[in-house]
Amino acid sequence: METDLGLWSILIAIVGGAIRVSTPFLFVSLGELLTERSGRINLGLEGTLVFGAMSGYGVAYLTGSAWAGVAAASVAGAMFGVVHGVICSIPRVNDIAIGIALMLFGMGLAFFFGKRFIQPVAPYLPSIPFGWWSDIPQIRAALDVNVLFLIGLGLALVISWMLRTTRVGLILRVVGDSTDAARAMGLRPVPIRIAATAAGGALAGIGGAYLSLYYPGSWTEGISSGQGLMAVALVIFARWNPVACIWAALLFGGAGALGPALQSVGITSGYYLFYAAPYVLTLGLLIATSSPTRAMSGAPGELSITK
Amino acid sequence: MQHAVIRPGESALLPCLARRAEPVVIPLLALLAGFAAFSLFLVSQGKSPVQYFSLVWLGGFGSAFSWQNTLSRTAPLLFAALCVALPARLGLVVIGGEGAIVLGGVTAGALGAALIGSGPVIALPVMAAGAMLVGGLWIGLAGGLRHYRGVNETISSLLLAYIAIALMNHLVEGPLRDPTSLNKPSTAALPPDLRVGNIPGLDVHWGLAVGVTCCVLAWMLIDRTTWGFAARIAGGNVRAAQVQGLPVGRLILGFCVLAGGFAGLAGMFEVTAVLGSANGSLVAGYGYTGILIAFLARHNPLVIIPVAILLAGFQASSGLIQRRMDLPDATVLVLQGFVFLSILMSEALYGRLKPFVPEKWRA
Amino acid sequence: MTRSTPAFSRRSFLSATTALGAAAALGLPARAQSNMTVGFIYVGPRDDFGYNQAHAEGAAAVKAMAGVTVIEEENVAETIDVQKSMESMINLDGASLIFPTSFGYFNPHILELAPKYPDIRFQHAAGLWTDGMPSNVGSYFGYIGMGQYLNGIVAGHMSATKKIGFVAAKPIPQVLLNINSFLLGARAVDPSITCQVIFTGEWSLAVKEAEATNALVDAGCDVITCHVDGPKVVMETAARRGAFICGYHADQTALAPDRYLTGAEWNWAGVYTGMVQTVLDGGMIDNFVRGGLADGFIKMSPLGSAVSDAARAQFEAAKAEILAGGFAALKGPLNDNTGKPLLGAGEALVETDIALESMDYLVEGVIGSTA
Repeated sequence: METDLGLWSILIAIVGGAIRVSTPFLFVSLGELLTERSGRINLGLEGTLVFGAMSGYGVAYLTGSAWAGVAAASVAGAMFGVVHGVICSIPRVNDIAIGIALMLFGMGLAFFFGKRFIQPVAPYLPSIPFGWWSDIPQIRAALDVNVLFLIGLGLALVISWMLRTTRVGLILRVVGDSTDAARAMGLRPVPIRIAATAAGGALAGIGGAYLSLYYPGSWTEGISSGQGLMAVALVIFARWNPVACIWAALLFGGAGALGPALQSVGITSGYYLFYAAPYVLTLGLLIATSSPTRAMSGAPGELSITK
Repeated sequence: MQHAVIRPGESALLPCLARRAEPVVIPLLALLAGFAAFSLFLVSQGKSPVQYFSLVWLGGFGSAFSWQNTLSRTAPLLFAALCVALPARLGLVVIGGEGAIVLGGVTAGALGAALIGSGPVIALPVMAAGAMLVGGLWIGLAGGLRHYRGVNETISSLLLAYIAIALMNHLVEGPLRDPTSLNKPSTAALPPDLRVGNIPGLDVHWGLAVGVTCCVLAWMLIDRTTWGFAARIAGGNVRAAQVQGLPVGRLILGFCVLAGGFAGLAGMFEVTAVLGSANGSLVAGYGYTGILIAFLARHNPLVIIPVAILLAGFQASSGLIQRRMDLPDATVLVLQGFVFLSILMSEALYGRLKPFVPEKWRA
Repeated sequence: MTRSTPAFSRRSFLSATTALGAAAALGLPARAQSNMTVGFIYVGPRDDFGYNQAHAEGAAAVKAMAGVTVIEEENVAETIDVQKSMESMINLDGASLIFPTSFGYFNPHILELAPKYPDIRFQHAAGLWTDGMPSNVGSYFGYIGMGQYLNGIVAGHMSATKKIGFVAAKPIPQVLLNINSFLLGARAVDPSITCQVIFTGEWSLAVKEAEATNALVDAGCDVITCHVDGPKVVMETAARRGAFICGYHADQTALAPDRYLTGAEWNWAGVYTGMVQTVLDGGMIDNFVRGGLADGFIKMSPLGSAVSDAARAQFEAAKAEILAGGFAALKGPLNDNTGKPLLGAGEALVETDIALESMDYLVEGVIGSTA
C-alpha cells in the first residue's frame, strides 16, 4: 500500500527527482568543465548529448547490452569532441560559433540516423535499491539510484583530485590559464586542448546515454530539454570546481522536479512558471555571484567567455 | 591592415578589386566545400546529391511558387539574425533571440486584442512599438547584466529565452487566453483589419520588406555613423575604447536593446501576418536559425539578406525532399551543419590566399 | 448548455457516403478520378507510438488502395511551415486531397489557405467546422473519450489504492474530456475513486512526462493513462514503477505486456480509406464528420493478461452499451471539481453532444485544475 505523506511527499519527490534528473547534467557539466579548464568552451555539447542518446540507444538495442550502448555513446561523444578540438585549433576560428555549428550538426545526425530507433525497446541500465531499509514505497522509489549517477559522483571526486594533485591536472590547468606559460614550460597546448575536448565530449555522450537508456529511458527526438546547453551555465555556476558541479546538477535536477511534485499535492496553477524555476534559479545565482570588476574566481585565464 | 605600396603610374584598380573580392569569394568557396562534404554524406547513405540539389532548386527557387515559399520564410530569419549580428559588433554573443521573438509576439497579440476596433492606423504601430520595446528590454537585460554585473551574455540570454517561453505559455494559456480558442490556446484572434497582409503582387507578407529595410538601416548604423564606429572599436578592445572615453556601457545597452527590438518585430509579424493570434507556435526556432545566419554573414547586416534567403530556400525545399527522396526532415539540419562548419573554418583563409593579397603578388 | 440532442449525427459520414451512391444512381454529375494524390501531414514523427503513428497507420491503409498515390511529411510545425507544406503538395506533387492531422493546423492555417485552392479538399482531424467556413474544408474526429471511459472501468477494477493518474499535455477541451471520462469510467465501478492529473505543458517532452508519471505514482496512483503525443515514455515509466497502464492513441501493449490493461486507440484506417473512396467515386465528404466505437473511428486494445474477470465483464457490458449508441458518460447530478453544478438530476451529455468539444472543466473527483 502507498502511504499518504502530505507535504513530506514534495521533499521526497524533489530528492528523488534530483537524483533521477541530475545525472545527465552532472556528466555534461563535468565534460564541459574539463574542456573549459583547458581554455576552450564547447557550446556544442547539446548536439553531442543528443547524438550520444541516439547512438547509445541504437547500440544497446542492436547488441542487447545497455553498457555497450554507454560505451558507444562515449566513443561517439569523443569523436565530436575531437572535431571541435581540431577545428578550434585553426587560427581565428571562434570556438563559440563552432560549438553552435556542432550542436546543429550533432542533432541533425542524431535525428537522421535515429528514425529507425524510435520504435524498438532497448535494455535499461541497472539501478541499485538504496531505499531497501524503508517500508515507504515513495522513499524506496526515490532512492533507486542508477549506477551512472554513482559513477558520476566518483568521477567528480576523481577529476577534482586529478586537477589538484596530479601531473595531468597541472598540465591542464597551465594550458587553460595561459598559453604562453604552457609553451614556456615546453607544453604543446593544442593537442592537450583537443584531448580535453574529446574527454569532455565522451562524458556528454554518456550523459545522453543515461537519458535514452535509463531516465526517461527511450529514444525520441524530444529526449533532451536543453541539458547540454545548460552545462555551460552550470560550470560557471560551479566555478569550475568538479565537486561543486555535483551540487549544481542536483540543485538543477531538484528544481526541475518541483513542478510535477507541486501539482501532485494540489498546487496546480501557474505550472509553466514552476517549470521555469531551474532557469530562474540559475540566472538569479549567476547574477548574485558575478562581479563586473574582478574576473570570476576559478575561471581559466584563456577562456573566451570570461576574458 | 596593410596597404600595398602603389607606384606612380600603376593602376590601383586590380589590387583594390582583389581585396574586395576576398570576402565574397572565400565564403562562396566555403559554401561549395560544405555542399561537397554534404554530397559525400548523401552518397554514403545511398542517395543522389544531384537529385537532392535539383529538388532544393525546384522546391526553393525553381518557380514563382517556390520563390514565394522561400521569401515567406525569410522575414523572421532576417530579424533573428540582426538580433545576433548587432551585439556581435561589440564582441557579444547573444544566443537567446528566441526569447525576444516569443515575448514580442505575445505583446503584439495582447495589445492587438486590447485595441480591437481602434483601426490599423493606431493599433499596428502600437503593437509594433510594444513588441520592439519588450524584445528590446529582454535582450537589453542580457547586455546590461553583462556590462554592469559581469554576467556572461551568452548564458544569460539562453536562460532568459527559456524563461520567456515559459512566460509566454503561462500568459497564452492563462491570463491572456481567449476562451473561444479551444484546442490551440491563444490570445484573442485579431480581426482582419489588424492582420498584416501581403506585399502587392506577391504571396509574401510585409514582414519581408520591413526586414530588408531593417537590415539596410542596421548596416548604415554600423558602417556610416559614429555610433557604429565606436561600437566597432569597443568590440575590438573594450579597454582601449574606455581609455578613449567611449561610453561602452551605453553602447552595449543601445545595441542590445535595438537587437532585441528587431527580434520583437519578428514576433509581431508572426502574430499579425501568419498566426493571427499569439500562441505556442511562436516557438518556431527562428532565433536559433538566426544565430547561424548571422555567423555565416559574418555579422554584416547586408549579407544577412542573401544568407537568410538561402537558408529559407533549404527549409522551403525540405518537405519536397522528404516526400520525393524518402530522406528524414533532419537532413536539412545536417546540410546546415556542414555549411556552417565549412564557412567558420574558412575564417582561417583570410589574408592567406595569394590572389586576394596584392602584397604577396611580387614575391 | 445544449444537452443530449446531437447537432450532427455521428453517422453523418456514413450516411453521406450512401447518399452519394444514390446520387450516382440518379445520374447526377459526379467526377470520378482515376488517379489521385493524397497528402498526409504530421506534427511529429510518424512512429511515435501515439497520435502521429495512429494517423500514419491510416495513411498506410490508403497507400494500399488502387489508383491512389500517398505523400507524407512529418515534423511539420503549426506555423507557416504547414501552410507551405500544403501548398507544396498541391503545386509540386499535384495533391488534391490533404489530411493535415494536428490540432493547431486548423485555425488559421487551413482556413486561410482553403479559399485559395477551391478545387482541393482539406480534411482536418479534430477541427470544429462550422457554417461559413470554406466548403472545401472538412473536419472529422472520433469520440475517443468513450475509449477513456472504458479505460477507466478497467482502471477502477484494477486500482487497489482507489486513486488513478493522468499525465496530460495541456488543459484543452479534448484532453479535459479524456480526463473526465477516465475518472467517470472508474467511478462507475467505485464512486470513491479519485483521479490525479498533472499537466506537462507540452505535447512532447520526455523528461517532464517521466517526472509527471513518477509524481503520480508517488502520490499513490496505481493505474496511469495519458494524453500526450507519444505515450511511450509515460507507459514505460509507469510500468517500471509497478503501476498498471491504460494506453492512448495507439496500441502500446508491446511496451509492457504484463502491466498493460487496455487502451483507447484511433482507428483511422477504415475512416481514411472510406473518405478517399468517396472522393475517388466522385462524391463529396461531409464537412463535419464524427464517429465513435460503433462507426469504427476508435477501437480498444485487447485486454491485457492482468485484467480481472470482474473488470472484463463490466468492460464488455459497457462496450456493448456504447456500441448501441446514445451513451452518456456525463450524467447528472454532476458537479465540477470546484463544486459548481454542471448537470442536474436526469440531465446527461451523450457522446455525440457538440458541447463536449468545448469542455472547460474537470468533474468532481479529479484532482487538478484547468488553469
